[in-house]
Amino acid sequence: MSAVETQEYAPVFTGKTLERLQEILTRYPTKQAALLPALWLVQGERGWISDRNMVEVGEVLGLTPAYVKGVVTFYTMYHQHPVGANFVQVCTTSPCNICGAEDVVKALLAHTGAKELGATSPDGQWTVIEVECLGACGFATPVLVNDDFVESVTPERVPELVRKYK
Amino acid sequence: MGYPHKPHAKETALLSKHFGDPDARTYKGWAKRGGYEAWKQAQTMAPAAITDVVKESGLRGRGGAGFPTGLKWSFMPKEKKKPHYLCVNADESEPGTFKDREIMRWTPHALLEGTLIAMRAIQAEVGYIYIRGEFTEPYAIMEQALAEATKAGVLGGHKIHLHRGAGAYICGEETAMMNSIEGKRGNPRIKPPFPAAFGVFGMPTTINNVETLAAVPHILRQGAAWYKAMSLSNPKSTGTKLFSVCGHVRLPGNYEVTMGFPLKDLLHELCGGMRPGRTLKACIPGGSSVPILNREESEGCLLDYEGCVEKGTMLGSGGVIVFDDSADMVYQIMRLARFYAHESCAQCTQCREGTAWTTKILERILAGQGKMADLDLLLDLSDNMTGKTICVLSDSCAAPVVSGIKKFRTEFEDYIAGRKQPVMVA
Repeated sequence: MSAVETQEYAPVFTGKTLERLQEILTRYPTKQAALLPALWLVQGERGWISDRNMVEVGEVLGLTPAYVKGVVTFYTMYHQHPVGANFVQVCTTSPCNICGAEDVVKALLAHTGAKELGATSPDGQWTVIEVECLGACGFATPVLVNDDFVESVTPERVPELVRKYK
Repeated sequence: MGYPHKPHAKETALLSKHFGDPDARTYKGWAKRGGYEAWKQAQTMAPAAITDVVKESGLRGRGGAGFPTGLKWSFMPKEKKKPHYLCVNADESEPGTFKDREIMRWTPHALLEGTLIAMRAIQAEVGYIYIRGEFTEPYAIMEQALAEATKAGVLGGHKIHLHRGAGAYICGEETAMMNSIEGKRGNPRIKPPFPAAFGVFGMPTTINNVETLAAVPHILRQGAAWYKAMSLSNPKSTGTKLFSVCGHVRLPGNYEVTMGFPLKDLLHELCGGMRPGRTLKACIPGGSSVPILNREESEGCLLDYEGCVEKGTMLGSGGVIVFDDSADMVYQIMRLARFYAHESCAQCTQCREGTAWTTKILERILAGQGKMADLDLLLDLSDNMTGKTICVLSDSCAAPVVSGIKKFRTEFEDYIAGRKQPVMVA
């Protein structure tokens, strides 16, 4: 098995991560309700959620793998495939669109080397996607780089932003 | 205040008074500003008495529907036989709206205080604050505030938990939100049963918006009569409202004004008007789900629930999207339709198919391959998408399309007749 596969098959819910899940379980009257937080824990640890991880989440929470997959596929923020080390989400919905969001996307694709929306740059560092409304329309264009919410990004600010994460 | 800009004399800063002041974020700083006084007061009141004050104040839901808050609370069972829950809707995802984000970023304790008061009023021991997944910063700030408030012992016997969404606009619909908290796909539920009878985990539940709850401490401290008196036009719309203004204005941001404030003044005075050399073309006053207003309608519109209805639109969430004369309305309406197509949960045929086909037809028009009959087709499609589904996402897609074709028809015809260069590739 390759290193990636070994990591994929290693259980997520051990040690500290298991402790965190157990604390989360106290917040809800059912185990099932901890599903979204549990998936966030997996993604936090592994960067994405593999089919194997879904099976494990199901085992921990008493849910079938198919049920877990049904939930994972509903929510767009859960990655079902590995993404670049830096995952960039750009809002291009109408309010940002009229303020030039599509030019921000072009600049990000060019400067990160990701080239194409949803594709990862050859060095594995960058994935850029367009997303619908990020809820910061007065600060067009908002960009989410991993967990960092960056306001008022313009094509001119893109090179500096990309440099910061290199 | 007009965060991130300086406060304007015509604003009434109640909820936004401390925006931009990091000291107000802390428990100590908040307590210094009179924080949790209303909660102390509420703890001496009977639950029904709290509900009565809120009812009397005329406060209506700030998330979009405008349902009277006190009345909603009064639907909860008086005699408690099962656990009661409060869900706080912080899934702010309506294009054009970014007010709840600012409330959570700057005044997290205001939300916690309102949440605690509401929990007492509806006799809930557990509250969930559902924060959209993309709001990483507000989540961290709320988490910190909750830890501080818990440590200070202000929660009493109540439990408040944050629940992070994962990228689904539809989870802002109250029944979808409850499913999402339960660990399910965010599909809206058929009503009835209503949440007050059968809500999250099958228990009596109330769902309130962030801004609604943030107003509650003020009402308790200063009285229903004081709140009710804040109304510039229709007495059925009371208090202050945060308007998030975005798009083509010089000073986009959050502005807090008294209900009934003229939209014209908001745009041209508070927001500094249009960019140099540009004129107002259209405005969506209540988030992308409400009908578009043209310039004349916008300039005559009073910002309260009734004033917006009078102009054929809705106050909604107060997300004001402004388009100047440089905006391509056909392209922007396509972008809005694409948003709804992307966010449809796909349970109902009218919505799943309707939002997708509306987008495809608009894209075809923008690619120069539209037919005149497409406009009637879009209107027919929209008619079949309105009032026929479990939730109103489908209706929300139809609203900008129908109003857009009605008010900016020539722009659509220009693409179809080849008078305008295609901007998309088929």
